[in-house]
Amino acid sequence: MNWLSQTFSVLALNIRTIPNRLSSSAVAIVGIAGVVVVFVSVLSIAAGFSAAMQGSGSPNRALVMRSGADSEMTSGLPGPDVEIIKQAPGLRRVGQSALASAELYVILDLPKRSTPDAPANVPMRGIEPAGIPLREEVSIVDGRMFQFGTNEVIVGRGARGQFVGTEVGNTIVSGQNRWQVVGVFEADGGVAETEIWGDVRTLQGAYRREAGYQSLLARLDSPESLDTFRDWLTANPQLNVSIKRENEYYASQSQALTRLIRTIGFGIAGLMGIGAVFGAILTMYTAVSTRSREIATLRALGFNTTSVLVSVLAESLVLGAIGGVIGGGAAYLAFNGYQTSTMNFQTFSQVAFAFRVTLGLLAWGLLYALMMGLIGGLFPAIRAARLPIPTALREL
Amino acid sequence: MKFLPIVWKNIWRKKFRTIFTLLSIFIAFLLFGILMTIRMAFSFGVDVAGLDRLVIIHKVTLIMPLPLSYQNRLQQIRGVDIVTHQSWFGGIYQDPANFFANMAVEPESFLKIYQEFKVPPDQVAAWLADRQGAIVGRDLAERFGWKIGDRVPLTATIYQPKQGQTWEFNIVGFYDGGDGVDKTNFFFRYDYLDENRTGGKGTIGWYVVKIADPSQAVALSRTFDEMFANSAAETKTTTEKGFVEGFAKQIGDISTIMIAIASTVLFMFGLVAASTMAQSVRERTSEFAVLKTLGFSGASVLTLVLAESLFIVLTGGLLGLGLAWLFVQGGDPTGGMLPIFILPARELAIGVGLMVLMGLLAGVMPAMGAMRLRITDALRRA
Repeated sequence: MNWLSQTFSVLALNIRTIPNRLSSSAVAIVGIAGVVVVFVSVLSIAAGFSAAMQGSGSPNRALVMRSGADSEMTSGLPGPDVEIIKQAPGLRRVGQSALASAELYVILDLPKRSTPDAPANVPMRGIEPAGIPLREEVSIVDGRMFQFGTNEVIVGRGARGQFVGTEVGNTIVSGQNRWQVVGVFEADGGVAETEIWGDVRTLQGAYRREAGYQSLLARLDSPESLDTFRDWLTANPQLNVSIKRENEYYASQSQALTRLIRTIGFGIAGLMGIGAVFGAILTMYTAVSTRSREIATLRALGFNTTSVLVSVLAESLVLGAIGGVIGGGAAYLAFNGYQTSTMNFQTFSQVAFAFRVTLGLLAWGLLYALMMGLIGGLFPAIRAARLPIPTALREL
Repeated sequence: MKFLPIVWKNIWRKKFRTIFTLLSIFIAFLLFGILMTIRMAFSFGVDVAGLDRLVIIHKVTLIMPLPLSYQNRLQQIRGVDIVTHQSWFGGIYQDPANFFANMAVEPESFLKIYQEFKVPPDQVAAWLADRQGAIVGRDLAERFGWKIGDRVPLTATIYQPKQGQTWEFNIVGFYDGGDGVDKTNFFFRYDYLDENRTGGKGTIGWYVVKIADPSQAVALSRTFDEMFANSAAETKTTTEKGFVEGFAKQIGDISTIMIAIASTVLFMFGLVAASTMAQSVRERTSEFAVLKTLGFSGASVLTLVLAESLFIVLTGGLLGLGLAWLFVQGGDPTGGMLPIFILPARELAIGVGLMVLMGLLAGVMPAMGAMRLRITDALRRA
């Protein structure tokens, strides 16, 4: 255990003398902190977007679209088909009628608060009366529910935050249509909160869809009854539809964008990390070379090579840890909960979400910082341990 | 010039340190190049969007169709050169993951308006002769290995064909174009779509109008929108550039994010260069004193240090930016998600400018120190 106490005393000496080498240590710390900030904040965008999408929809609900349609936007269901679908087994019923809502999913142009000069595609959904009880997570948080048969609408919490003119009491003017905002709803942070909801029949008129719908959302009797429902629908030759569990539909929509952000995030942070390692190597190399006489003296006094090696590595790890904590903290303070919105390419419409700097991301950031510190310290440590004593003592 | 050997010798005095500083700067500008490329990719070719082209969409939203009958009315307005229309088709090739834009267009007016799409004349003739013909971008053709004469099925999403669920197309030609032109689109004939779809007959997605005089853009936009006001389908006209910018803005401010990351990167690595220079000068205090004793002026000492600093940053930086450029020549690595994947000359020039700036900033403090050095103090300290 002798080498352990030796290591500790050398390490203590190293750490005590960090302030003497402040500027060179700061370079390593800033470098590593910079990498961690970028790494954590870019991935927090992906985490926030995928949390919004994954948290949308329920395994208890089935979404029916025309077969071949890849999103509600491109789907279409004729009125008579909707009546047949509502007769299917496997659905929760209230009295005689199924808990199901045939819906329209269209776009309304509204400017974003962040870019008031450019219109953004805000999703607008027309629902049937069952559309509200069907979605248990939805509740009105401001104003009231709209009345069916009128041009009243309610606005999701995320939409109100992101788009101009969506406060309760406002009238949204869109071409010849006028929509009266009477309430704000929330939906457990899901993508529905970016939408504007109104009566599907009013929307059919406004968007000239006659008696057509785009999708049908139905409450299943139980999560297991999806197969019963699907088998009945696919066996019916009159229908040409595809059935998805609602949560799976939303999860699949988040994949492409989440993957793109992650690829970019890992790519950039990976390259930056290599650069930061070079920076750490330089710092530690300087730390070793300015102290080569000290180190040689210690070795001449009988301190063994392992303790010198470990102590240099440990110093580098400490620098990495400081950088990791600063970087993670900065990313958390600057970006956690930052509200924004982007376009979901599957539906060409906006999705509001918040950056999420999760504990997991912070842990990954810190681990990454320690790794950079470790790799950065390795070569200088070996060099310090191998330093030929006589030459080093002679050096100025 | 005669001092170059001194600069050279000093740079390589501590090989290890110089090499790692060079590598840091190399990474910094490699990243700069890649970040600027991503930034360009998310601007969707706004740089090549024509100022003399106006886009007319439905006033409510882009997804609402407009009547085909507007084309003749638009054509008769003074100042209008050519009118063409496009319709988003949204067909799927084999798997939704193979996403690419496919649109129905009117071939003759389309090719007249979009001069930047280069199609060989014999292929244009083939397209005009074949109703099911389609022309595809060079990059898209490469992605799926399509050749002329191939038959390509697209699964219907928005428009159902009269029979079955797929639409069949013949590849009759390829279009190419300069940097910044999206070469990943699939264009086919509108008459084929309109004859064979079950719904939406006689409607189109949006109009693109080429006007004779770009300065008339605002006035003509108003004329168009007033002409269709209070009709069943009111319109909203913007310049193509404004249209593309609006689309890019919907994604979010990617440009600001990329610039923020690039600034972090340059600051981080600029600090590495500055620290290296400071150290290297500090170690050589007595040498600078000797140089000054020999009669070197303050200015020439300053130049010596700045030259070293510039050399290191420019060497590392040019290599890094060069590699980024080579990487970008290889094309979009995501397989179609970033159709415009280029590193334009303007960004390269900005990069070189930043290198010079970084080299000067990194060297200026130590260089001033060396310039102001008092010989007696410095020699005593050593």
